[in-house]
Amino acid sequence: MAEQVQEPVMPASATRVKRTHLVAVMMSGLLLGVFGVLGAALVGLSHDGTAARIAANEREALLHQLRVLVPAEQIDNDMLADAIEVTAPALLGTTSTRVYRARNAGEPVAAVLSPVVTQGYNGAIALIVAIRNDGSLAGVRVLTQRETPGLGDKIEIERSDWVRGFDGRSLGNPADSGWKVKRDGGVFDQFTGATITPRAVVRGVKNALDYFNENRTQLFAAPSIVEAPHG
Amino acid sequence: MADGYGKIVTDGLWSNNQALVALLGLCPLLAVSNTLINGLGLGLATTAVLAMSNVSVSIIRNWVRPEIRLPVFVLIIASFVTTVELVMNAYFHGLYKVLGIFIPLIVTNCTIIGRAEAFASRNPVPRALVDGLSIGLGFTLVLMVLGGSRELIGQGTLFDGAHLMFGEAARGWRLTLGESYPGILLAILPPGAFMGLGTLIALKNIIDKRLRGPRPAVAGDVEPATA
Repeated sequence: MAEQVQEPVMPASATRVKRTHLVAVMMSGLLLGVFGVLGAALVGLSHDGTAARIAANEREALLHQLRVLVPAEQIDNDMLADAIEVTAPALLGTTSTRVYRARNAGEPVAAVLSPVVTQGYNGAIALIVAIRNDGSLAGVRVLTQRETPGLGDKIEIERSDWVRGFDGRSLGNPADSGWKVKRDGGVFDQFTGATITPRAVVRGVKNALDYFNENRTQLFAAPSIVEAPHG
Repeated sequence: MADGYGKIVTDGLWSNNQALVALLGLCPLLAVSNTLINGLGLGLATTAVLAMSNVSVSIIRNWVRPEIRLPVFVLIIASFVTTVELVMNAYFHGLYKVLGIFIPLIVTNCTIIGRAEAFASRNPVPRALVDGLSIGLGFTLVLMVLGGSRELIGQGTLFDGAHLMFGEAARGWRLTLGESYPGILLAILPPGAFMGLGTLIALKNIIDKRLRGPRPAVAGDVEPATA
């Protein structure tokens, strides 16, 4: 600010000083605007350049996740294009869960619920739960979690095989009273030093099974909300 | 100010290392240094932003009025960070997911606006570029050393997750300390990051002292390394 004053403002005419100030302010504003436009242009251009690839990446990542749970050989539909959105906060822990339907020759094979949210030791744990049409679990994976590294994060498939313990389980296997960790009298292992995390996952999976059991027919009958991908 | 490029490089890598001397950018440094590959990924992203922002700031250094200098720097840095974020999402999707929030948070790394203000806005483009690359590389090296040692001590591996950055072929790079190594949880947890960084700073000071030891301190060595 001191700089404008040092400009040779000859006979201290007040209006003159005011005008130089005004020009300076406007120049600054203009420059700032120009850089804003340049920055926005750069971001816009890079967005245009990468958007298609990012969308493909996300689709690929999701598809990969679904295929791990429901092998591609068992089905003949595009699960990503055959999905519905459901709301069951009491059982699924969130207001919006997507259900991907796997079918073979039109017959339901499995439903993949994503996400199923359950409260762990350190906040929400988001699961993806695949349930076969007969009510047995095709598999469970962790989408996101913030559990203690080295303790609670053993629910991740990269860290331990624990989560595979759900494969093939269903509402009758074990019976209702067995859907707990061992410490609580159930059949599922807990981890040394971390009981809350596995307890939360077991509860989340059980809730997802309950939800599936109650809504199986509608889940497969409702029309898909996703349009077949274009091009 | 009229130092040669050699001085700029040694400043960035060692004597004015932003993580070990200036202690800037600690938030990403401490949070993301849990494996070597995470450190490398965030370090390179930061280096790219630093180089680009330094060059741009240097180009416009004579046009921008001092009053709006900082907002303009912030605009430039934010634009480059968003660009780097989009590019990483497109080409290193796995790593992008692992680093998560810390890529957009590069904006808040004080090192970047610090170099823009202290160096790039007073130096010609080639020098600003060299400064950006050296500072970025120095930051990356600290991230990698800290990440590597935390990974090694904490979970007994090295190069875990290399495939996220170098493709599926790199899965085999993963080194393991032996299956029986139990891992020391503390190293992976946040306190481990502080202890690791403290140890690195101490080591650097010891080395500096040894280097200076035999001869009487030369003025140039001790002068505070701020530009």
